[in-house]
Amino acid sequence: MKFTWFHLMPYRFLPEDFKQKYHSVWVDIPRSLYDPKIGHQLYNEYLDSLEFADQVGFDGLGVNEHHQNGYGMMPSPNIMAAALARRTSRANLVVLGNSIALYNPPIRVAEEFAMLDVLSGGRLVAGFPVGTSMDTNFCYGEQPALLREKYYEAHDLIIKAWTARDIFSFNGKFTQLRYVNLWPRPLQQPHPPVWIPGGGSIETWEFCARHDYQYSFLSFIGHMHGRRITDGYWETMNRLNKEPNPYSLGFVQTMAVAPTDAEAERIFSPYMDYFYNRCLHIYSGFADAPGYRTIDTIKYGLLAQYGRPQMSGLSWKEFVDGGYIIAGSPKTVRERLTEALKTLRCGHLMALLQFGSMPAEVTRMSTELFAREVMPHLRGLWSEYQDRWSPHPLPPAERAQPAPIGGASAERTGTPRQTLAGREVSK
Amino acid sequence: MKTQQSIGGGRFSVELFTYGSGEPLLFLHGAGGLFEPDPALELLGRDFRVIAPHLPGFGESTGAEKIDNVIDAALFFHQLMDDLHLDSAYIVGHSMGGMLAAEVAALDVHRARKLVLVAPAGFWLEEHPIPDFFAADPRELPGLIFHDPNSPLAQAMMQMPEDREQMAAMYVERVKRMTMAGKFLWPIPDRGLKKRAYRISAPTLLVWGASDRLIPPVYAGAFKSHIRNCSEVVIAEAGHAVLHEQTQQFCDAVKRFLQQ
Repeated sequence: MKFTWFHLMPYRFLPEDFKQKYHSVWVDIPRSLYDPKIGHQLYNEYLDSLEFADQVGFDGLGVNEHHQNGYGMMPSPNIMAAALARRTSRANLVVLGNSIALYNPPIRVAEEFAMLDVLSGGRLVAGFPVGTSMDTNFCYGEQPALLREKYYEAHDLIIKAWTARDIFSFNGKFTQLRYVNLWPRPLQQPHPPVWIPGGGSIETWEFCARHDYQYSFLSFIGHMHGRRITDGYWETMNRLNKEPNPYSLGFVQTMAVAPTDAEAERIFSPYMDYFYNRCLHIYSGFADAPGYRTIDTIKYGLLAQYGRPQMSGLSWKEFVDGGYIIAGSPKTVRERLTEALKTLRCGHLMALLQFGSMPAEVTRMSTELFAREVMPHLRGLWSEYQDRWSPHPLPPAERAQPAPIGGASAERTGTPRQTLAGREVSK
Repeated sequence: MKTQQSIGGGRFSVELFTYGSGEPLLFLHGAGGLFEPDPALELLGRDFRVIAPHLPGFGESTGAEKIDNVIDAALFFHQLMDDLHLDSAYIVGHSMGGMLAAEVAALDVHRARKLVLVAPAGFWLEEHPIPDFFAADPRELPGLIFHDPNSPLAQAMMQMPEDREQMAAMYVERVKRMTMAGKFLWPIPDRGLKKRAYRISAPTLLVWGASDRLIPPVYAGAFKSHIRNCSEVVIAEAGHAVLHEQTQQFCDAVKRFLQQ
């Protein structure tokens, strides 16, 4: 069982009457609500939390891409991954991901991911989401009807750019390039593992199955409502005769650990309230531009036999009972999480341990308890399967170490690094 | 009368509505599609042979995947006219259909004998932004489309079926239509008509509802500054759905212009 500590990087200081007074947390959230000085503190606080997760033994550090969004302050998750590459050394950098249809040309993503992979010594997970309708259609103006086609083309181009041995030309419908010649190219061969974050489009399951990619269901609806999607994924894998390997499924779950169940409720319920009632106040007209979802996916949703998750106005008890959050003492979390992971057949958990307005010290406590008293008990789960979707970094002996800050300048710049010493080109 | 017509050697199968007889009048519908039957087209059918195709992606018309942009759409209509043996026709287009009608006339100046653009899309004026109807709350739509959002007509158009399956089917149809409309209108309904409109040589009539809140009448100015032979009729107590809100006045104005 593998664990990624996943950060959304929410703005923690939306006003109390946000839901009543403002239209949406996404797309047209007033820019006056963002204070860059607070933003400065938050980015640094959040990077501290991710670095802490590395230290306490999480397998991956997760970041993602959103635009014009009050609960996700990472228009470019690659920048955060770059910051993490230097101050962490063990955990994988799980970038979930870059909405590849948005970049012109999509080679940009191939280049930046290659840079991150080389910089981090091969610790990158490359996430290729289609992207939400809010991000792609409303914020970035992509035509809904053509987005998916553009996405598939961008995917083909990036994979070919990573794997081709020679320069090639690319004559696509959306991108035409005379000279595709990736420099630098990724460290992991043939390329970093690809995870496809999805929001429930049924086409994505087949796409993952066909390419042997990991599918990560990213949502805030929790393990009970999420089953509608994961069941659909496993049915697709079964229909296509693919191995039901739990490591091929990632799942986001909001979680919170405190010494006792009662303390968990007392400590975390304000942050949960902030998350669902302020952060997730999304105008429904931005959720699904016509053409963003295919007719097949719409029909699948309309025929759903499970109830639709309710996303606001819930009490702590309802959040817990409805599986939106797994919270409580380490024992409670252990039990509920084990059951959830088994039901979902999930081998890569995206642990959302910071949510809403939760400050650094609370995040740290919950993270530490999770790492110490929950994670070790679940490690053995799925040990009969091989995880084919985690990165293959360089062995520690071959990795570059950032020089200590403040060392003598001669020491830092005058001599080449030891690992490169033998390869200096003589003039 | 409704028929299904193969167009472009089987590339498209088009649902075609025809009304009346006389000189041919090609009607290009807006993003909402055609009504069955359509009272305005019925009335025009008293004086003209009205030919109203559903654009691919609308109703029973197929081949939506072969149309990505306004040029593809305009050439589709050229092909449709070829296959119907219409060298030219009166061309009337409403809203998105007005935008496409202008493209049809600009790309081949011989196709339109006369052109009627009813509250057409196709331009973008920074100081008069067209509301984002793709994101609009369904409850706001009547206010954007109708002069009187509480009129029986507005209420009837917004009526949803109670049966779950019918409602699902209606929803799917709406998504299909708006998906196609997005190819011309998303995120801003300007695809460069301003570069091509100078080509339009057919006498052109603009018809606008005085209280159109979706594409306000001020947009007539943009069309008039690009199309050389262009006049305008503004109809009172009508919004964007002018042809259904003031059907008689609308048809009279069109008839007067086409027969003068």
